[in-house]
Amino acid sequence: MAGDYSLSGAQELHVLAVDDSHVDRKVIERLLKISCCKVTAVESGRMALQYLGFDGEKSSLGIDELKVNLIMTDYSMPGMTGYELLKKIKGSSTLSKIPVVIMSSEKILARIDRCLEEGAKEFLQKPVKLSDVKRLKDFILRGENDNKETEEMKQVSCPRKRKLQDCSSSPKCSSTPLLKHSLLKHPKIA
Amino acid sequence: MERNHHLHRQLANLRQSFFDQGYLDEQLIQLEELQDDANPNFVEEVVTLFYKDSARLIHSIDQALEKNPLDFAKLDSHMHQFQGSNSSIGAKKVKTECTQFREYCRAGNVEGCKRTFQQLKREYALLKTKLEAYFEVA
Repeated sequence: MAGDYSLSGAQELHVLAVDDSHVDRKVIERLLKISCCKVTAVESGRMALQYLGFDGEKSSLGIDELKVNLIMTDYSMPGMTGYELLKKIKGSSTLSKIPVVIMSSEKILARIDRCLEEGAKEFLQKPVKLSDVKRLKDFILRGENDNKETEEMKQVSCPRKRKLQDCSSSPKCSSTPLLKHSLLKHPKIA
Repeated sequence: MERNHHLHRQLANLRQSFFDQGYLDEQLIQLEELQDDANPNFVEEVVTLFYKDSARLIHSIDQALEKNPLDFAKLDSHMHQFQGSNSSIGAKKVKTECTQFREYCRAGNVEGCKRTFQQLKREYALLKTKLEAYFEVA
């Protein structure tokens, strides 16, 4: 299947999310999908490297369509930590250009410094919020200004974004979660 | 229709009590924001995963607490994971117990760990009961 194309025909940002927690993988996946990103979620650094085709290993990646634009990884993971994964990616000639973001529930300054020094684009505190992801997406797109592909991605219109502004005036905004289908299940508003 | 309204009222009160009594924090609201018509059961799905992860971790910690001497590093590692899950769904009270437990781990306090873990299991069980009741009706 060809890479995901939005209605406008441009490609979406493809994010590789790495986290050993099933709960967190589900949440980050949803955050990214709502922000109109294509997501691949894996549970370990080893699986992430395998997916990326590190060290010439047979990669799951097809041609350009499955190219990864951003890696978001948890810091504390058994086996290979997010920091170790970051080092491997930044040390790879083929993968080093991919921006890496570290997520952690613990705000340890020495840890943050170490990650940023090693080349992490950002360090996010868990639990990650929708506003974090939105900011990150904008940041990544801005940071790759010369890239033609990125220019196309900027054209991707994300209906959900408008919810944060005035949703009622936008024809593309089909869902208003708090009104229609929050946990409270308010009676339908006509 | 009146009965329906009454049910809505009950549900709203139950949900509010989660916040008022400190069981859950604003992270739950963050999760609710991610729900929409295309994904109407998102929060419930996350919570279900949370129960599964929690059961596994609580069991691991129970087993680890049976050992003599205690492996505090391992206990702390398990609890760190459990704390993370709780944080992801906004389980405020349980998270507090997790923090306390980890402090006892770092201090090498056996009694503290065991006592706090009993308290933690009670809080978790209470939270789970309340959440299950909520999703049953919602």
